[in-house]
Amino acid sequence: MDDQSDEKSSSSHGGVTRRGFLTSVGAGAVVAATVGGASAQKPAEEVMKPEEMGKITLLVNGRKHRLLVEPRWSLLFVLREKLGLTGSKVGCERGECGACTVLVDDVPQYACMLLAVEVEGRSITTVEGLMKGEELGPVQQAFMEHDAFQCGYCTPGQVMAIEGLLRKNPKPSDDDIRRGVSGNLCRCGAYLHIFKAAHRAAELKRGKGGAS
Amino acid sequence: MKDQDESLYYVGDFPVPETPEPGQEPKPWKQTRVIGKPMPRVDAYDRVSGSAVYPSDVTFSDVLYGVVLGSPHANARVRSVDVSAALKMPGVHAAVTRSTKGADLTWPYVWGKGKAKLFDAHCRYEGDAVAGICAETPYQACDAARAIKVDYEVLPFVSDERKALDPKAPAVDGPDKRIAETDKYERGDVDMGFAEADVVLETDYRTECEIHTPMELHGCVAKWDGDHLTLWESTQGVFYIQQQVADVLGMPQSKVRVVGRYMGGGFGSKLEAGKHTIIAALLAKMTGRPVKILLSREETFLITGNRPASNMKLKAGVRKDGTLTALQFTLLATGGAYESGGISLTDWLIRDLYTCPNVKCESTEVLINAGLARPFRAPGHPQGSWALEQMLDALAEKIGMDPVELRLKNVPTVSQARPGNPPYTSTGLKECLEQGAKAFGWTDVRKKTAEQGKDSPIRSGVGMGACLWFVGGGGPPSTIVLKLFPDGSVNLNMGASDLGTGTKTIMAMVVSEELGIKPDKIQIENADTGATQFATRSGGSKTVPTESPAVRAAAIDVKRQLFQIAAEELKVPASELALRNGEIIPNADQSKKVKLNKLEALKKRGLIIGIGYRGPNPEKKWVNPFGAQFCEVKVDTRTGEVQVVRFVAAQESGRVMNRLTYDNQVIGGITMGIGLAMTEVRVLDHNETGKVVSKNWHDYKLPTALDVPREIVSIPIDPDDTEANSTGAKGLGEPVTIPTAAAIGNAVYDAIGIRVTNTPIGPVQLSRLLAERKAGR
Repeated sequence: MDDQSDEKSSSSHGGVTRRGFLTSVGAGAVVAATVGGASAQKPAEEVMKPEEMGKITLLVNGRKHRLLVEPRWSLLFVLREKLGLTGSKVGCERGECGACTVLVDDVPQYACMLLAVEVEGRSITTVEGLMKGEELGPVQQAFMEHDAFQCGYCTPGQVMAIEGLLRKNPKPSDDDIRRGVSGNLCRCGAYLHIFKAAHRAAELKRGKGGAS
Repeated sequence: MKDQDESLYYVGDFPVPETPEPGQEPKPWKQTRVIGKPMPRVDAYDRVSGSAVYPSDVTFSDVLYGVVLGSPHANARVRSVDVSAALKMPGVHAAVTRSTKGADLTWPYVWGKGKAKLFDAHCRYEGDAVAGICAETPYQACDAARAIKVDYEVLPFVSDERKALDPKAPAVDGPDKRIAETDKYERGDVDMGFAEADVVLETDYRTECEIHTPMELHGCVAKWDGDHLTLWESTQGVFYIQQQVADVLGMPQSKVRVVGRYMGGGFGSKLEAGKHTIIAALLAKMTGRPVKILLSREETFLITGNRPASNMKLKAGVRKDGTLTALQFTLLATGGAYESGGISLTDWLIRDLYTCPNVKCESTEVLINAGLARPFRAPGHPQGSWALEQMLDALAEKIGMDPVELRLKNVPTVSQARPGNPPYTSTGLKECLEQGAKAFGWTDVRKKTAEQGKDSPIRSGVGMGACLWFVGGGGPPSTIVLKLFPDGSVNLNMGASDLGTGTKTIMAMVVSEELGIKPDKIQIENADTGATQFATRSGGSKTVPTESPAVRAAAIDVKRQLFQIAAEELKVPASELALRNGEIIPNADQSKKVKLNKLEALKKRGLIIGIGYRGPNPEKKWVNPFGAQFCEVKVDTRTGEVQVVRFVAAQESGRVMNRLTYDNQVIGGITMGIGLAMTEVRVLDHNETGKVVSKNWHDYKLPTALDVPREIVSIPIDPDDTEANSTGAKGLGEPVTIPTAAAIGNAVYDAIGIRVTNTPIGPVQLSRLLAERKAGR
């Protein structure tokens, strides 16, 4: 298994970080490895065959989960079907809609575009992780107050996109918010209420207007 | 208009024995305490916390994942299917094809007349099912599906409905059945009407094909317990799915349970079961394990319905004083590879929205080798509106009249297109036009855009459009069961689905209004054929006007029984009692009030069960919602980019039930209308393959957070309709998307003087039109 510091240095958010995985999946990996640059030059320390299950530990919502996974399993599949965290939704499985948005080290990312093996050692937060026991977190509270959804299916993704935005930028402008959720489709078209909820969530997080 | 249009939403004239006689319904509320206020949803916690279980979220420790293998060809005959290699792959449990025992099933294309097979030897459109296979993981199931060997005889195809009538075009369904019968409507004499007109215009319009793409994929989980099948299906109507599945599988309906308490959007595409539903049930039966099938996003672009492309010609005559003298409309469109009824109602606004004595409509449906149409949020209406509302705009300009004024001249009081010209219970169209224009600042802003300098490459424009929605009044049957516990809390049992429109919340508000209890004391069970009362499908914007009067009736039934008990114990006549916050209060002496849990008889009974039925609609009158929308755009004449700056929507949908969810419907409908106007096109490869080439959200663009206006103002017009039903509510979800696209088209014309008759108005088309104008073409 890669050591932690090496993995961090070779990764950027959204990039592929598990060299062990890269060397295992044939032609596609060669392309990716070439693009990957420096890290691909180093010898692989672990090779996972496509059909073999590998042991990984995922840190999700502050809890460690030891799992047996195939190298091709997406983070989304593992969260939903193996850990039962079905808050993150499946909408397209190709990085178009954002219904599966989770935070990886505080940054919103599409869980359908990440492999479970490549986020080992990173801190993953799903919509369930924003709850304080049975109580809603501030972004969730704001979505409820402003009716920032209709069918609710894109909502966990929208909530995580706003959560990620506010962790980086506690006082976002209208344009910051629009860009912040521009990777999250809402077919019901509740965007205008989502923008209102985002402002309200920023307020709640700053400790105004009730518990946060 | 075909009978099936209304039967989609209503039982029609078929008598429903439970329906109360006319006149038994309570009068609508005069004043309300709860109804009409903005209230967050009763199920908001579940939806924002991630705890709501959508059908996609249902899983079991022994669940298998299924994949439907679809034909990759626009038109092909399946010679043979070989699953032997696929079955040997890791994790694979079972496969089903047309030669599997018990899988040679008839598949009814629901709206259409054609009967086909679940696995039809002739796959008339891309994605039609050839086989199903299931495995321990979806990855293994996908691998296995790819390993199924199918021998196809690839056939010639027709993918462009405009060429389907060409004698050389291949026939989709035999030489005689390529065209369904042309639907004709006529009143008055259009030739005479055009002769009487001062101005006659004729224009061709086209709207492109749209795909519903709700966020939750079409799919289900199927699980057998002996001979009893349970399906968790993402659907707009659990009882309809139950009926379809029982019918296809030849099972008693009582042994099929369909659960769909939450669902992630439908917009009309989830009114019926899919082949995936049956395939999941078959695979589950074969393996003895639950099977989950979610279609892939790409498959939903192929086989789960669409709003068909509409080729329209509209000829209109008007006198200088604004009197419409004649409207003549012809439509050529396609419902796909079977006669699906998908093009109906495209002419409804031409027939019925404005006063006009002479109207002629002809709608021709042709078949092409592509997926079937399904009802899509106000079927037909946004397309017809695209033609009619832009035509009205052009007529107004020709006679030098304000477009709002022209519409005000032609507001109808009766439904002209229905036999006997029945009056509407209310037509808020005049108020929608007047109050919408006022809130928008129509006259002033229009003056400003007319006077703007020619120097800036950025041009502003304003436009508007009006609408009605041909149903939206709801109707029987509906049964509601309400259980009142001695502590004053309530269970509400309702079969209807909540698609995200806020139905459940509105029903809780109705109970709260009638029984004086807080909405948070109400628990709602819904959309489960095994545990709730029968309800018709949630479509046609009928759910709130259908269910809310039944909920009110159930609450009144509870109150009646409760007052009977209380009257005996308090020795006060039932007619002199009131109910508030879990207390019975005698009107005469409020100090004698008692808590419900002090009533001996109630404690002994344990609960009171109230039953409510939906009363009949008013006789010989029609209940339709109306609306008018106004918008402002900015057009960059260098690039053809259009920015929607703001919208005002004045909608008349009867009583406002929940102001918060009401406004949400308005902004959602407008956002979807922006998609029709500006971004959404299903593209078929007409040249080589006939296949869909825009089958994902990158190539088929939905409006995103960056595409919506910063401001959408909702102006509810409440006509105080005392006749529609006992809550006064009418449908909202569909009318709000009808005039949006046309209003944008009119605003773009106002900005740059180019009439865009073909959707979508995006930089690709507009930059070409601007360049052509510059070149003097």
